[in-house]
Amino acid sequence: MFDSFSRVEDSLFGQMRRLEREFDQLVGGGRWSRGIRSVARGTFPAVNVGSTPDAIDVYLFVPGIDAQSLELSIQRNLLSVSGKRAEPNTGEATYHRRERFAGDFRRVIALPDDADPDRVHATYRDGILHIAVQRREAAKPRQIAVQ
Amino acid sequence: MNENTQMTTTSASPSEPGRDRTGEQEIVLLPPVDIYEDSDGITLIADLPGVGREQLDIHVDRDALQIDARVRMDLPEGIQALYADVQSTRYRRDFSLSPELDTDRIDAVLKDGVLNLRIPKRAEHRPRKIEIATN
Repeated sequence: MFDSFSRVEDSLFGQMRRLEREFDQLVGGGRWSRGIRSVARGTFPAVNVGSTPDAIDVYLFVPGIDAQSLELSIQRNLLSVSGKRAEPNTGEATYHRRERFAGDFRRVIALPDDADPDRVHATYRDGILHIAVQRREAAKPRQIAVQ
Repeated sequence: MNENTQMTTTSASPSEPGRDRTGEQEIVLLPPVDIYEDSDGITLIADLPGVGREQLDIHVDRDALQIDARVRMDLPEGIQALYADVQSTRYRRDFSLSPELDTDRIDAVLKDGVLNLRIPKRAEHRPRKIEIATN
């Protein structure tokens, strides 16, 4: 009996603890989630940011948008994306649910200091905008040859 | 849907091992939807960013409608997550339909990560204008 109870507890609470832990790992110990430009969860568009030795990769989840209408700008290490998502043209229909975001949006993302604003590449596919910002050469890890 | 569809585990965290997926349930994202109805049928619009046609599965069984999809992202090798709003690559949402809807004639369009489902009403359930005879 106790065995089965502890299993339930394990699965429920263990899962929650695991989620918290994973989240902490994902957000890099809270540095990003505490950022002055961080936004409440659920804000449109959702953003994921990752880094490789060569670049910083920003993924914006902006489905249903004409890529040409997106405004993308970068000033030093501040990347900003803005645009508008139109409401569906429903005519005289009655809404039962309206959960999708509609209207103007803007999101500003502070990139690490070694981001190179002159080398940015953006692609839009299946509703995800991928912005790759190259890192400055000096910041990349280098192999030092021993003489 | 084919479980081997090309994907990565957690979108921004490919370095994370997939070990948790066996014993415990995978985190599933609930896509936001708009649902509206006119006299001819119901339209359901769902946001599924990152989903291509091959990763989308729409399943109808009697009155149950399930949308099941996976995100396809080509992540650079060795990427480390710095921040992630989206922490899963799986979307799933269930709806129950009502009998007047004609599930054999559902029309689905997927474009730029937005799914547009049109579910028509059976002909006999469409409103008819009743002519009033005057004489």
